[in-house]
Amino acid sequence: MLLRHTPTEVKEREGLTINPAKTCQPIGAMYAALGIHGCLPHSHGSQGCCSYHRSTLTRHYKEPVMASTSSFTEGASVFGGQANLLASIETIFSVYDPEVIAVHSTCLSETIGDDLQQITKKASDDGKIPDGKYVIYASTPSFVGSHITGYANMVTGMAEQFAVSTGEKTEQINIVAGWMEPSDMREIKSIASLMDAKIVLFPDTSDVLDAPQTGKHEFYPKGGVTIDQLRSTGDSKCSLALGCVSAEPAAIALDKKCKVPFETLDMPIGLSATDRFIMALSKAAGKPVPASITAERGRVVDVMADMEQYFYGKKVALFGDPDQIMPLTEFLLDLGMRPTHIVSGTPGLRFEKRMKEILERAPYANFRNGAQADMFLLHQWIKNEPVDLLIGNTYGKYIARDENIPFVRFGFPILDRVGHSYFPSVGYSGAMRLIEKILGVLMDQQDRVALEEKFELVM
Amino acid sequence: MDTQNINLLEGREKQVYEKTAGGAEIEIACDKTSLSGSVSQRACVFCGSRVVLYPVADAIHIVHGPIGCAAYTWDIRGAVSSGPELHRLSFSTDLQEMDVIYGGEKKLYKSLVELIDQYQPNAAFIYSTCIIGLIGDDIDAVCKKVAKEKGIPVLPVHSEGFKGTKKDGYKAACHALMKLIGQGSTEGISKYSINILGEFNLAGEAWIIREYYEKMGIEVVATMTGDGRIDDIRRSHGATLNVVQCSGSMTTLAKDMEEKYGIPYIRVSYFGFEDMSKSLYDVAQHFPDRPDIMEKAKEIVRDEIRKYYPEMQKFKAALTGKKAAIYVGGAFKTFSLIKALRTIGMSVVLAGSQTGNKQDYKNLKEMCDEGTVIVDDSNPVELSKFVLEKEADLLIGGVKERPIAFKLGVGFCDHNHERKIPLAGFIGMYYFAKEVYESVMSPVWQFAPRKGGLR
Ligand code: SF4
Ligand code: SF4
Repeated sequence: MLLRHTPTEVKEREGLTINPAKTCQPIGAMYAALGIHGCLPHSHGSQGCCSYHRSTLTRHYKEPVMASTSSFTEGASVFGGQANLLASIETIFSVYDPEVIAVHSTCLSETIGDDLQQITKKASDDGKIPDGKYVIYASTPSFVGSHITGYANMVTGMAEQFAVSTGEKTEQINIVAGWMEPSDMREIKSIASLMDAKIVLFPDTSDVLDAPQTGKHEFYPKGGVTIDQLRSTGDSKCSLALGCVSAEPAAIALDKKCKVPFETLDMPIGLSATDRFIMALSKAAGKPVPASITAERGRVVDVMADMEQYFYGKKVALFGDPDQIMPLTEFLLDLGMRPTHIVSGTPGLRFEKRMKEILERAPYANFRNGAQADMFLLHQWIKNEPVDLLIGNTYGKYIARDENIPFVRFGFPILDRVGHSYFPSVGYSGAMRLIEKILGVLMDQQDRVALEEKFELVM
Repeated sequence: MDTQNINLLEGREKQVYEKTAGGAEIEIACDKTSLSGSVSQRACVFCGSRVVLYPVADAIHIVHGPIGCAAYTWDIRGAVSSGPELHRLSFSTDLQEMDVIYGGEKKLYKSLVELIDQYQPNAAFIYSTCIIGLIGDDIDAVCKKVAKEKGIPVLPVHSEGFKGTKKDGYKAACHALMKLIGQGSTEGISKYSINILGEFNLAGEAWIIREYYEKMGIEVVATMTGDGRIDDIRRSHGATLNVVQCSGSMTTLAKDMEEKYGIPYIRVSYFGFEDMSKSLYDVAQHFPDRPDIMEKAKEIVRDEIRKYYPEMQKFKAALTGKKAAIYVGGAFKTFSLIKALRTIGMSVVLAGSQTGNKQDYKNLKEMCDEGTVIVDDSNPVELSKFVLEKEADLLIGGVKERPIAFKLGVGFCDHNHERKIPLAGFIGMYYFAKEVYESVMSPVWQFAPRKGGLR
């Protein structure tokens, strides 16, 4: 009963956040940067932040996560961090030899006003960046937005700073990945290949954060989108942005810089969002949907039909990140469930607007994002109106245990299970996996609490 | 890039030392901040303060700053409590852009008042993070005001991340504790009493240690800070002796208490049979007028070792000749680990720490075998390089080292934050040996390419 301290009565809090449902920008930038091949993310600030971000990513992926730090000391905080960053760039290229350094700021460097664009330009002017190597940057103040904002900013940095247009359009389609797992990125590429669509996916953390055991510690595992691919995105015929919060800004940047038209889609989680993605991809590529994909969809619908009685009317509480929450809510509705309480620490107008559209089908739902939309509030809501299922990251386990609610882990971070980085949540196979997980916990609970006389082999 | 082919980071040569026959004097350049641009495994001042104070369970801990610092330290250490669990909740002022511009004092004040009204804690710790140091919020003033209004101690912890290393965070934590000490009544405290310092009750370790001392007839006034309580800390100046484990974090407090209250302190380690026994004897020796205390200590040591010795022989038989690499936070921990590993037949080929001082490294050199590499503030590249070169079978480290060990195909033991099983005390040594044995001997290695692909 760890959370026995949570009172039922909901009071408006003025400043305090209790048990946050978000974290800070730089970790998002770090994750995104790992999706470029041969990239070393660099944290411009003091050591602590970098260490925390690496630890959290390490816990979530169970993989070594490399990133360097400017190691600010008091001096840097007074005189600015330019010298530290210039020294860092030199050290990194001479010792770790990456293809690209992706620098992101932290609270500290933001507050003292370090200008990453100016400093990286100086590094280049001073000849500190070897030929054929790159330094990109993103401004990621952690007192704005959340880890999702940081992810979006770094992906936008990739588009802005790498894409070039030669004036000749190619057949290639850019797919901008919102914050999703390596397994999800792998699934997107596999769908495109089944459809015979020529795509470039960025960022792409597959084969970086799900690398095989080889007896070696590869500093730069084989995965990741290459710099050549990133450069070529400027000539692509169009972009599909998967997620209006974490992916769209990069697509907008590409359109601005290289006139690549884009379409923003929900992240393909669940049936309807995957349908829309498949159709959009098919249209963009000018290729028909192959029979194998149609059959896979058919199997998902078949299972939904088979198990419809177990879903119908069940109340769900969910929390997490915008681009995952939106299609997930829609999917729950498609399954006949009732998304009752929804919380996301990440603020955003686009997010709110899209949620409103989705929740037209669920006018009863509590939804809050941004300030004080934390796990404490979610718990209070659940106390006031109990639910049958909780979906969210690892931190949900406290509530699940205290209130004895079946719990499906989904989102970031998941610190206490494996699978999330190996099995996709997107596409039809992702939908199938979500169904299986939801049914699994619901029926386990049913088996656990059923009265002796009602307990049967087939329930 | 294969980590095998990497050279030492330029500028780090002075932080690495290899012990050779008749080799040079050890002069490790420690106490340095990490090089800009390095992949350091180190943390910050805030991290140091947070880990020390976190286990005080009947206080609220509020992180004044943007959300990240609070989010990453939410319930991340298994410091367990036998009662209240306020420490496991994550409170933050979640500073936003406007607060950064106009200051966050008001927000902090409001948050504190809301929290104290809600939870009625016995005290509150306010951690100031980097950004607070920069924007210059006067958190001392806010704390004073709230303390007065609410009638509980409200303690500022000056832990701005950039103001030094983790060690400075320990100091800041000790300063905060010092403000509590001396506020309570010492009536009724026995002459034969101690405080246990630097024991954080990961996986219940403080309970094990406390029980030994109590069995010896010694009163334990406060465990700082594992399973900590504000009232115990307030009266801890009534104890006769301070017993300090985790030298890095709590020596400052022990020294301050010695100066102010005349309480002597000793350094101990609860890890491994040898050191555990010694830490019971050392305490007993402080009470020469009560020979029964020493008798009892001997009895405990005898009984406990008899209980675990046979099992240990089984592990030793399998592990003899295997090699270990150590990279942990405190240097003192490294000493104990070397001895403990020898107990189970293993040698140490790499010994590193994040926060050791010059004397620590001298001692380390004394202890190590020839050929052992000694490092300060290492990074993953170096670690994997040495693990491979020295053909280690086991890496002992923290969360960021774990996947590296597994990628290299060597066993791993966490000796940092994420303990689920206690390592302190005699039983702890048994768990340690068991864990090392299970990891090194795991059948999984027969399927995996090991140590750089060699098999
Ligand atoms: S919130 Fe700021 S200071 Fe805290 S971890 Fe994030 S970047 Fe670092
Ligand atoms: S912002 Fe400062 S206090 Fe917070 S984690 Fe980073 S270095 Fe530590």
